Amino acid sequence: MKTQTKQLVNEGMWSNNPVFVQVLGICSTLAVTNLVLNTVVMCVALVFTLSLSSMTTSLLRKFTPRNIRMMVETLIIAFYVIIVDVVLKAYWPQMSENLGPYVGLIITNCIVMGRCEAYGNSNPPGVAFIDGFFNALGYTVVLMIIATFREILGMGTFLGYAVPYFSSEYWDKWIIMVMPPGAFFMLAIVTWIFRSVKMSKEEKTK
Amino acid sequence: MNISDQMTQAFIVCISAIFTNNILLSYFLGLCPFIGCSREMKASVGLGLAVIFVMTCTCLLNWLVYHYVLAPLSLEFFRFIMFIIIIAAFVQFVEMAIERFSPYLYQRLGVFLPLITVNCAILGASLFMVIRDYTFIVTIGYGLGSGIGWFLAIIAMAGIRQKLSNDSIPKGLQGPGITLIIAGIMALAFIGFAGVLAGQ
Repeated sequence: MKTQTKQLVNEGMWSNNPVFVQVLGICSTLAVTNLVLNTVVMCVALVFTLSLSSMTTSLLRKFTPRNIRMMVETLIIAFYVIIVDVVLKAYWPQMSENLGPYVGLIITNCIVMGRCEAYGNSNPPGVAFIDGFFNALGYTVVLMIIATFREILGMGTFLGYAVPYFSSEYWDKWIIMVMPPGAFFMLAIVTWIFRSVKMSKEEKTK
Repeated sequence: MNISDQMTQAFIVCISAIFTNNILLSYFLGLCPFIGCSREMKASVGLGLAVIFVMTCTCLLNWLVYHYVLAPLSLEFFRFIMFIIIIAAFVQFVEMAIERFSPYLYQRLGVFLPLITVNCAILGASLFMVIRDYTFIVTIGYGLGSGIGWFLAIIAMAGIRQKLSNDSIPKGLQGPGITLIIAGIMALAFIGFAGVLAGQ
């Protein structure tokens, strides 16, 4: 059990990372990485949805007929996303407005469906939960890196607080970073760095 | 608002959805198939056409369901499930209809239709349409414009990637990395359209 958990952690966070290895599910969350706070909320929502829906899929796997399982998975995911959406609307309406349609779009986030299909469907609930949790965490780490760079370089702030050098007049703010192209470039750079590191590591072990 | 005003607004919304607010390049929707399926021109054209068609129709269907079923019953929170079901059912229906009536079209579009159910751009367009409170006529323009915008972006990307296929690219950058950089440059270029619709 212990070694299996360790392996799942490693796979989700590094060797099979959803963002830079599988390149799945970047659609709905890239848009909110211009502010760190938005990203944190979005990632918490994703961790919640992914781990619980993977577990639920796994719990129901024996009762679900094979040919309608995609539909069932979608409904399970939608169920958790609705919970997130309703809670956010009730307790933090401002944030709900900032995130706009992107909370709802977690439903079609390919990584959630991908994990349910690839892992939750054929493994017991406990490990499915762990797998979902760490995949979402691996996703969160990459997005946090992107969001941190975008907010500091583009606005000179971090979580809304001014960062010493970057918010002063000596730093020309990179407006492009808070605009859409900045997200593409940052994601490309992060993917490039991580992939190169991973490749050189793999070559060494050979 | 009378009909002709709405028509004008629909036209403006359509143009802005194609260029200034491109659903892919400024809202990042539909990125997965954009990166995964843009290697070949033929596949990109097929997928793009299917997206235009499905997006326009599902936007309209979802508008009708949202305003005539969900809103009167104040079941708005239920819209995620409703929209997803409508999209999935519509795609299935279209696939069967095409298979029955036009084998030629089925050969060209058939394989791409199931992929569309999980394309976040389709659901995203419907959700945006609800958030921005579009009227029915404006929704036509919005769905059509978003679809065309996505189509333009993916065929541009497929063309560029075909040219790139013989170039040597650093190993870590191959595949998704270089695609994202090109997408970034395309997004930069599309920002240039921002002045086209002053007053938007």
